[in-house]
Amino acid sequence: MADAVLQVRGLTKRFGGLTAVDRVDLDVRPGEVVGLLGDNGAGKSTLIKMVSGVYHPDEGQILFQGREVKMGSPMDALELGIETLYQDLALAENLNVYANIFLGRERTKPFLGFIPVLDHDVMREESSKVLKRLEIEIPSLRSQIKNLSGGQRQAVAISRSIYWNARLLIMDEPTAALGVQEQRKVLDLVRVLRGQNVPIIIISHQMYDVFSVTDRLAVMRRGKKVAERITRDTTPDEVVGLIIGTEEVDRNGMAPR
Amino acid sequence: MPETALAVKRRGGATLWAGRNWAFLFLILEVAAFIILGQNFQSLENLQNILVACLPVLLLGMGETFVIITGGIDLSVGFVMGFGAVICAKFMVMLQAAGMAPSASIPLAALIALALGVVPGFINGTLVARLKVPAFLATFGMYGIAYGVSEIVSGNTPISGLPAEAGFLGNEYILYIIPRKLVSVFIKPEHVGPDDLKIMLSILPIIVIIAAVFIAIFAFILSRTRFGQHNYAIGGSQDAAIRAGINVPRHLTWVYVISSFFASLSGVLYALKYVTGRADAGSARMLDSVVAVVIGGASLYGGTGTVKGTIIGALIIATLETGMVNLSVPYHNRYIAIGVILVIAVLIDQFFPDMVGRRE
Repeated sequence: MADAVLQVRGLTKRFGGLTAVDRVDLDVRPGEVVGLLGDNGAGKSTLIKMVSGVYHPDEGQILFQGREVKMGSPMDALELGIETLYQDLALAENLNVYANIFLGRERTKPFLGFIPVLDHDVMREESSKVLKRLEIEIPSLRSQIKNLSGGQRQAVAISRSIYWNARLLIMDEPTAALGVQEQRKVLDLVRVLRGQNVPIIIISHQMYDVFSVTDRLAVMRRGKKVAERITRDTTPDEVVGLIIGTEEVDRNGMAPR
Repeated sequence: MPETALAVKRRGGATLWAGRNWAFLFLILEVAAFIILGQNFQSLENLQNILVACLPVLLLGMGETFVIITGGIDLSVGFVMGFGAVICAKFMVMLQAAGMAPSASIPLAALIALALGVVPGFINGTLVARLKVPAFLATFGMYGIAYGVSEIVSGNTPISGLPAEAGFLGNEYILYIIPRKLVSVFIKPEHVGPDDLKIMLSILPIIVIIAAVFIAIFAFILSRTRFGQHNYAIGGSQDAAIRAGINVPRHLTWVYVISSFFASLSGVLYALKYVTGRADAGSARMLDSVVAVVIGGASLYGGTGTVKGTIIGALIIATLETGMVNLSVPYHNRYIAIGVILVIAVLIDQFFPDMVGRRE
């Protein structure tokens, strides 16, 4: 078994009297898709926000590629290669596809020998390469994002992360706002990424998504990780039970069968 | 099925081009109408007068273009223009009194006015970008402050006693041609007979060229550089810009500095043209500049707008004003006409968003 890319050890976050995340351990290995499940308020988002540098943990450790990391801001996480795709995707809708992929890191070329100007050709070519690598089809890279469908936007956001060498991709409800066809495309994309050894954490409510793409499932309830399952060894019924708490869990996180 | 740029291109090129360039077509129609209805409207002199007349709105509109694309607004530009005019005029008078030659005192006073003129922008930018004051309120505060300070500096009266050479820069031309006789660059021919004077062509007002240089530089920055790209990105989604690692507070501060720079440049040109400095030099021009930017296809919600559009917007307003004077239409009708054009522009923006503000 390969070494884990991400190791979370005893991570805890409190907001006043509320313990949102309570001593959670979680490992993610290369090329592995881990589903993070739980009811609203179970602590999934808070856990993810600690891993992506938005919140500082009160206790516990985050080890990334074997080294302990302390992140002061989301930018620190990005520099490590931890990319998080939130539901709003953070794309500039008025800019085109390649401008979004290169946003903040635009390529330039010299004009009159010394003035750096945007190098649209290079950015477009590079973008088209990464889209091809991910088997994404977008008719024109010159289309503004606002003219793209939800799934295409998702694909652009993912391409941006991948182009900038995401070493861990976190997806928050990636299919929530999409139609059925588009959902399928995004899930296909997740499989392509797994094939290219990019580890992924997916937060999702959709049982179908979770079972079709994940290798492993972690279930949270009231801030605690209550169970972990190999996806092919469990069933949607059991997982739903674990999420809402009708399925009893013993101290070792194993449900009696 | 989402509408792609390609599909849009396929569907009826001409109508779409007309829709997207309605402001430009409107300008052409406007000029044509005044040529037909007016007296000698198409004369070189009159057309150049339009260029001169559009300068305040255009220069204030330039800064406003940068600001509005980011989703902000700068209400202080009119009085920052007055501030620039007053500072420029005041220093010309003071430096002349100190014995400095006009060839040194005029450029120096202009530079001082531009340097002090960006201070309001820096304050606006800091308030908006770092202290999160809404742009409308921060710049409205500066609107009053800039006006009050200008009145103090000018002692509540237009500043007089500027070197006469200032008026030369402000009112003369780059090129003088008397057909078949003489071509002169920069130097206005003297001792010209009345017949020759009648046919002499004066080409390219100096202040138009000064303005054009700065407009060209900043149009380039907006359309070709990373700074320009970030400007659009911030207007499209400030959140996306922040998460992409763009230093949004620093960028926004610069944007308000640029806005103030153009306003004070407009003030300097005012001082050169009218050989005076008044605190209210640009008071009526702030809203016109916003109108010009909006006619040019910018949305007040941010994310769209071009320098080309703003130029067209400013020309529409200046042509209207000049044409109404030409037709001896009472001046107050101008407000009605500009108001109507603004409403049309906003309606087009509202109901046909695909028609305006596309950048490619």
